[in-house]
Amino acid sequence: MCAELLPERIVLDEWGYPILDERPLPAELVSHAQRAAQACPTFALLVERERG
Amino acid sequence: MSPNLNGTTAELEPIFDGTGPRSAATLPRLLEGVPARGAMSLQTHLDTHGELPTGRRRDRRGAAALIDQIEQAGLGGRGGAGFPMATKMRTVAAGRGKPIVVVNATEGEPASLKDRTLLETLPHLVLDGAALAARAIGADEAILCICESAGVGFERVAQAIAERDQLAGHWPRIVLSSAPQGYVAGHESALVNHLNGGPAKPTFSPPMPFERGVRRRPTLVNNAETVAHVALIARHGPRWFRELGLADQPGSTLITLSGPLAYPGVYEVEYGASLSSLLDAAGGTRTRVRAALFGGYAGTWVEGASLPKLALSNAHLAPYGAGLGAGVVVLLSELACPVAETARVTRWLAGESAGQCGPCVHGLDALANTLEDVCRGTSQGDAMRRVDRLSLLVNRRGACAHPDGTVRFVTSAADVFAEELADHARHGSCEACERQPELPLPSNRPMTKAGSSS
Repeated sequence: MCAELLPERIVLDEWGYPILDERPLPAELVSHAQRAAQACPTFALLVERERG
Repeated sequence: MSPNLNGTTAELEPIFDGTGPRSAATLPRLLEGVPARGAMSLQTHLDTHGELPTGRRRDRRGAAALIDQIEQAGLGGRGGAGFPMATKMRTVAAGRGKPIVVVNATEGEPASLKDRTLLETLPHLVLDGAALAARAIGADEAILCICESAGVGFERVAQAIAERDQLAGHWPRIVLSSAPQGYVAGHESALVNHLNGGPAKPTFSPPMPFERGVRRRPTLVNNAETVAHVALIARHGPRWFRELGLADQPGSTLITLSGPLAYPGVYEVEYGASLSSLLDAAGGTRTRVRAALFGGYAGTWVEGASLPKLALSNAHLAPYGAGLGAGVVVLLSELACPVAETARVTRWLAGESAGQCGPCVHGLDALANTLEDVCRGTSQGDAMRRVDRLSLLVNRRGACAHPDGTVRFVTSAADVFAEELADHARHGSCEACERQPELPLPSNRPMTKAGSSS
């Protein structure tokens, strides 16, 4: 699910677990990222504001 | 591994880095007067090491001075990570709420016997250290966690606690607690989770135990050997402690040595001692050695040819990508099949996953499958490339470091045993595959020591 909502940053490994590209998100992807995080059934994803 | 050799200690020649002549400091320290059978009584313990510097109950500043001494001594944790103990103590003491001490003696590493050796033979050293650490940080309780399979160790510590309760000046309360057996159950956060009534599985930190641990209190978790050193630093001071070992890794340490030796077992050495002096103390090797594993099953293999020039400190092992971890050295003989041994241990490590994180559950199983295929010669395509790819896929993707440690073990085996692995991938199993397994796992090692029935 998350990989479909944010394919720019999330790919799935061979068992279906997400591998994240943790570079900061450009503004246009933030809402997609939030939707991907909300869709995660195990609350494993977190969108964080950049520090500083 | 032949058990119950904890009485064997030796003075070892250190390898020095041109720091000049050494003092006449001697070993053993922790293992001084270790009884051949049974546990050292409280009276013998006090005769051997002297009275415990008790201090007055309300003298917080006096008790906290021990933290300065531990800092000057440079005592690092002996559970594997080597974190400076004084730093941890200060953080916990400054936390919100009444601190609590947990002594971790679960020793889930199958190639390590040092903590159970301490508990079974010298329980008062560990109890002294637990009490002193608790007083120093203002804790009113210390919990000593032992693996439920420890058997006689559990009874002996319970007896030792009862012995102390009859004496004045023995505070705070020390509670004995049993923890489930398991490689990751001894992980700090898993232990705290268990003590709070949860499963003995690592939690996604933060909060870390030092912030909010047992009963939501700031919790100082220390390995049993670490607090045993505190018992001696409190008596003899930091200068004495530094008379052995190296400037950046001072003091002595317990090493569990196993492999084709006359006397495998637990030895006390000073940091920087040569590996060959330790092997000599263990009666020498009975066969040629193919490689040595440092730091246990989350550790690193070093080629047999490099061993004669090795010394026992993290600085000396760093060029080989290795470290002492919790003081584990395992020699693999040239008679053994390193491929079969690697596959067997990797399968065991996969089974020890707490089952919480998908990449660990599936990835370690896939690694073990691939190595078993290589061993039988049934692998398809470039199996070792698949091992590399799986390792990258699994590394750093767990709540705890179990997948990372397994990857380190497998990656270094792939490196050191590259020839044997390639040979098996091509031709299948060898004669040595059928030999008795050498590397110690719970399945081929008695969980309690022989002679422990005394």
